[in-house]
Amino acid sequence: MAEKEEKGEDGLVAEIEKKITEAFEVFDRESNKTVDVREIGCIVRSLGCFPNEAEVQELIEKMEVEEPGGFVHLEKFLPVVTKVLLDRRFRPIPEDVILHAFEALDENKRGYITKEDLVKYLTEEGEPFNQEEMEDMLAIALDPETDTLLYRDYRKKLVVDETKTFPYNV
Amino acid sequence: MGSIIGTMGCSSSVADRRSENVIRAAILIQKWYRFTMARLEMRRRYSLSIFQSIEYADEQDQLQLSNFFTFMLDHCNHPDSVSQIFTSPGAPQVVDEDLCLKEFEKKIDVPDSYSGPRLSFPLTVEDANALLHAFRNEQLLHARYVLQLLSETRRVLKEMPNITHLSTSYSKDITVCGDLHGNLDDLLLIFYKNGLPSEQNRYVFNGDFVDRGKNSMEIVIILFAFLLIYPNDLHLNRGNHEDYIMNLRYGFTKEVSKKYKDHWKQILCLLRDVFSWLPLATIIDSKVLILHGGISDTTDLDFLNALERNKLKSLMRPPKSVRDRQDQTKKRIPTSKPSKHIANQHVAGKTQHISSSGLTEPSGSNSPPDPALKEWKQILDILWSDPRSQNGCTPNKSRGGGCYFGPDVTAKLFKRYNLKMLIRSHEFKPEGYEISHDGKVITIFSASNYYEEGSNRGAYIKLNPELTPRFVQYQVSKLTRRQNLRERVGTIESSALKSLREKIYAHRSELTSAFAQYDVNGTGRISVNDWAAAMESVLQLELPWRMLRSQLAQMNPDGEVDFMSCFYDLKMDQPIKEAQPALAETLCRYRKDLEIIFNIIDKDHSGLISLEEFSQTWRLFTSHLGIDVQDDSIDKLVLSIDYNKDGHIDFNEFLEAFHVVHRLEKKATS
Repeated sequence: MAEKEEKGEDGLVAEIEKKITEAFEVFDRESNKTVDVREIGCIVRSLGCFPNEAEVQELIEKMEVEEPGGFVHLEKFLPVVTKVLLDRRFRPIPEDVILHAFEALDENKRGYITKEDLVKYLTEEGEPFNQEEMEDMLAIALDPETDTLLYRDYRKKLVVDETKTFPYNV
Repeated sequence: MGSIIGTMGCSSSVADRRSENVIRAAILIQKWYRFTMARLEMRRRYSLSIFQSIEYADEQDQLQLSNFFTFMLDHCNHPDSVSQIFTSPGAPQVVDEDLCLKEFEKKIDVPDSYSGPRLSFPLTVEDANALLHAFRNEQLLHARYVLQLLSETRRVLKEMPNITHLSTSYSKDITVCGDLHGNLDDLLLIFYKNGLPSEQNRYVFNGDFVDRGKNSMEIVIILFAFLLIYPNDLHLNRGNHEDYIMNLRYGFTKEVSKKYKDHWKQILCLLRDVFSWLPLATIIDSKVLILHGGISDTTDLDFLNALERNKLKSLMRPPKSVRDRQDQTKKRIPTSKPSKHIANQHVAGKTQHISSSGLTEPSGSNSPPDPALKEWKQILDILWSDPRSQNGCTPNKSRGGGCYFGPDVTAKLFKRYNLKMLIRSHEFKPEGYEISHDGKVITIFSASNYYEEGSNRGAYIKLNPELTPRFVQYQVSKLTRRQNLRERVGTIESSALKSLREKIYAHRSELTSAFAQYDVNGTGRISVNDWAAAMESVLQLELPWRMLRSQLAQMNPDGEVDFMSCFYDLKMDQPIKEAQPALAETLCRYRKDLEIIFNIIDKDHSGLISLEEFSQTWRLFTSHLGIDVQDDSIDKLVLSIDYNKDGHIDFNEFLEAFHVVHRLEKKATS
């Protein structure tokens, strides 16, 4: 009985490892089991994890990147991320929580946030967006007529896309 | 659901609480946005992986086809007719070497009604401008001028060495462009941004001008026109697509025959010759080597400079000694009726590899080294190879030809020839360029939107007299409104998945039996793990199958894959009753190969071949692949498609029937 359970556990680990390896290999341009360290956040997030930037850095540190701005080998990546998935760390937030976050920026509860406010909050507070991230977000998020973010529509747009591609859970 | 924005201590003021809430909200939105973008990026990346792995698998098929040509030569009952495969791409009357401008003028009349540009030789800048203007307005250049231009180009190219030496000393910059692949808009954009070629504005075009895009002919005409006007300032290197057998598969032959209904035979025949006269490489200031693919551990520039380059009309046709060797390998594999079922039959020569690095003389062979073999190997390597970051020189497994060369191979060659940079093309790059081997090797790729609208940027290099490269990126957009990132990824993804589904359908019976092996209890469902293993082993594509599963097959609540659901969306275009499913699948899968073979057999390019030719070729092809198809089934099928019973088959129409279509075309963007 105990042995059987053990097997089940091993099977789960093996399956998680395969899933991680696949995601890793999409970013492994030369098929040599390495990726650019700057892609780590992207791979971890695409596996359904929801870390902040500091937490991504923390993971990278565990992966012992040899040189700054260097490459991460699958061997180092796999155990760190397997543990994250097994421990169910960085779980995604329920959908309505993000709506509350936008509401918190909408002081007068008007249902929208002006471009100026959005840029100010997201490039000055928290883990600020760089210029590229901010521009990318504005390009999709802003309503061209009013130059404001109608956050209910915006959130819906992105969420619909997501569930089609990434319905799986670990 | 409560707010995650928790309450602060009682002592803090309302304003503090407000700002605390704002910071938390900002952090959450930033986190959520990065999460969303990461997943979008993943979809973009795997879509590009799909495109690229299918492209390379197709190149392998094309290289394998050269094995079949050999096989045909050896097994055909009428060797005379088949041996012509290699002498002419369907043009019996070879264009006379000495046929000059005057004769084309006499022979081909340009009617008064022709409104396109009229060229007079020697060409001037005005002629080039007229050509650019005409092509922007989608006009064609008359066949007479095309033939004149090509024969003049051949005359000029013949005077050039295999390796062109340039110097930056008397010029400002030299611009280097990579693959264009028939994307005229990219060439026009480069000229618009960077200026037309001239004595002050020198260019090197690094091969792959043709195939895939719609305007290969126009690109070739423009490049050749500028070459004639500025033979010392515009330079062309041969790419792996400047090869008439490649052109049969990848669209250029078709483009020419559609655009020039009366003279395409002569044009193709001349082009075949012109391509073989293209220089192989360019060296700037003895320091920068520019060639299309790459190098191998045996690349010998002195040897390459000395060989007769025009002898190799197509690299798809290995010299005889390679064919003999491959034949020996093949003899060990039974070629006739090895199995009862089509499934699980792999192409007999699938694992064979055409390359120099993996290619050594058969052990125990006392045959003297074949000079033709060495020439072929040397050129194959520089036109087909790709760089890798691992040291060493290994066979190029994904393309099936050329090799992968590591930093050590680059370093060795640089030392031997005292070089400092290698500029090559040949590989798709999302940003249009990539730097590898510690900055020693640069890849430049100039066809933007190569796989799909929005899939990649194109780029070119500006080299200044200090030989420092500067990259200029661009992207042609046909859409009036700029798509946002999310829409772009949606377009690329659905197009990639479409190609993948077609590939899946073409392997239907093989996949079905692979799935069935895992489905011990016959439930029609298998685990995701088994499903992924089956997909990987049958399709031979390294893709993130677990991630793609949701797009390709349905899963039940227990997490098992309903494996037949991956065929639901697809069907054969106009199913022919007489074709049994297995036969139809074979035809579907090898449609491209068969199209090329039939085109070669169809010497007068009437689009028709005789029933006898069809059956004979079919038997050879299936026997070559080791597929057992009952002879009478194909005969029945053949008779059924000879609609007017005149003993001939319109093979294009026939093959068109075995096209996979999608029942429910999903919208490109949601």
